[in-house]
Amino acid sequence: MKPFTYQRAATPAEAARVAAEMPGSRFIAGGTNLLDLMKLQIETPGHLVDVNHLGLDRIEPTAEGGLRIGAMVRNTDLAADKRVRRDYAVLSRALLSGASAQLRNKATTGGNLLQRTRCPYFYEPSKPCNKRVPGSGCAALGGFNRNLAVLGTSDKCIATHPSDMAVAMRVLDATVETVSPDGTTRSIPIADFHRLPGDTPHIETQLGRGELITGVMLPAPIGGLHVYRKVRDRASYAFAVVSIAAVVAPGRARLAYGGLAHKPWRVEAAEALVADGAAAVAKTAFAGARTTPENAFKLPLAQRLTASVLADGKV
Amino acid sequence: MSLTRRDAMIMSGVAVAAGATGTEAESAPASTRPPPQADIRLTVNGQARRLQLDSRVSLLDALREHLHLTGSKKGCDHGQCGACTVTVNGRRINSCLSLAVMHDGDEIGTIEGLGRPGRLHPMQAAFIAHDGFQCGYCTPGQICSAVAMLEEIKDGIPSHVTEDLNDVRYSADEVRERMSGNICRCAAYPNIVAAIDDVHGGRA
Repeated sequence: MKPFTYQRAATPAEAARVAAEMPGSRFIAGGTNLLDLMKLQIETPGHLVDVNHLGLDRIEPTAEGGLRIGAMVRNTDLAADKRVRRDYAVLSRALLSGASAQLRNKATTGGNLLQRTRCPYFYEPSKPCNKRVPGSGCAALGGFNRNLAVLGTSDKCIATHPSDMAVAMRVLDATVETVSPDGTTRSIPIADFHRLPGDTPHIETQLGRGELITGVMLPAPIGGLHVYRKVRDRASYAFAVVSIAAVVAPGRARLAYGGLAHKPWRVEAAEALVADGAAAVAKTAFAGARTTPENAFKLPLAQRLTASVLADGKV
Repeated sequence: MSLTRRDAMIMSGVAVAAGATGTEAESAPASTRPPPQADIRLTVNGQARRLQLDSRVSLLDALREHLHLTGSKKGCDHGQCGACTVTVNGRRINSCLSLAVMHDGDEIGTIEGLGRPGRLHPMQAAFIAHDGFQCGYCTPGQICSAVAMLEEIKDGIPSHVTEDLNDVRYSADEVRERMSGNICRCAAYPNIVAAIDDVHGGRA
């Protein structure tokens, strides 16, 4: 690991300011992804700003009837929160399907949104990767890509976003709240928060330099049956091959997919077609998909997951 | 504890102090500069400990290499195997995936704090009684994890296999899911589940 200096920030605004001022800064929260990448020297920050002590560890009701989740709320606490279990069960289910108990005890809400891809070529410095070294190429395109993206890809990158939590946040129409180095705050709809790879796969979110996630806002509960279904190569402690977050009720459904793209994948126009069945939904939701012989199976798999949640909700 | 930027400079010690004096430090090759140091206080198994550490030192290495508590094991060093599981403020985590400096002021629990020869923790005794290991390398992590896991069930924290999120109950399936972050390459899993089952049932 490369040497770095370390400090605990006292306020969110101070953390953002310092991160913008100090060259090579990174925020560190749970550290479960960043430290892994630092050990591999894929991330080599010169300065770490510890954001664990900023009072961002609470879940509070909002005036609109929803919940504001502090960015440092641990995955375990978010999944176990009684209000989340009752009104946003899809979020509890998504969180509990991810990682191990030890990691969930450490990993945070903000950090989970920012975790990097698990594309094997991103982790392999001897191979080109446009995300790790912009302009170097993409070894995944012609390589082992069974678990990589089929939607929203570019010829620069076919990585997926590995989060389960973010897929549930997308189906719930969450909003990401941030503070910038100049102290201004803003709210970013989760739909816009993550970017597709395009020509700049190393730029993964809308966050500006030094901008810190302070929380995630959930709108008022929408009822319905909440389902998170995750297909993976092991029964526990494995990333999704394909997953679906669904809120379903007779005649209507919200559907977001994990494991298919560089961001949680949700096509609202497809949700209007649920009465016509999963094939109709899939045709619209997965239009423009680009597959390889290894990962083409993901599309029929995602369609079957769609059929299963529509059946669960008696849509 | 909250620090100003200036404190951070002080904490980072010689490297930054040299940097503040100007060009000498800047022109020195990076490899000859002493790495940034941090002064940290931990409570480990109830004992106050103070350490001066390179900021890169993981909590696991602080325990093993600096406090000589070698019960916690380094398996993968990437948070995948669970051999390094300890508790921080009562919660189990992978100590390899955390920096010691981030735990300044925290209470750490390791296998050495659970029991000793002659007065074993019931979970340790149950692992022996059920042969819950072969090579034993993953065992301290398994035991620390299992003790904390039973507390999580008691606290009503649900898991992936909990059918009703609001009704958390102990079962062998729950144990298997909740212990998936602890790998045993000798595959002593059936005996590990049996040992945990004994402790849960008050038989160990």
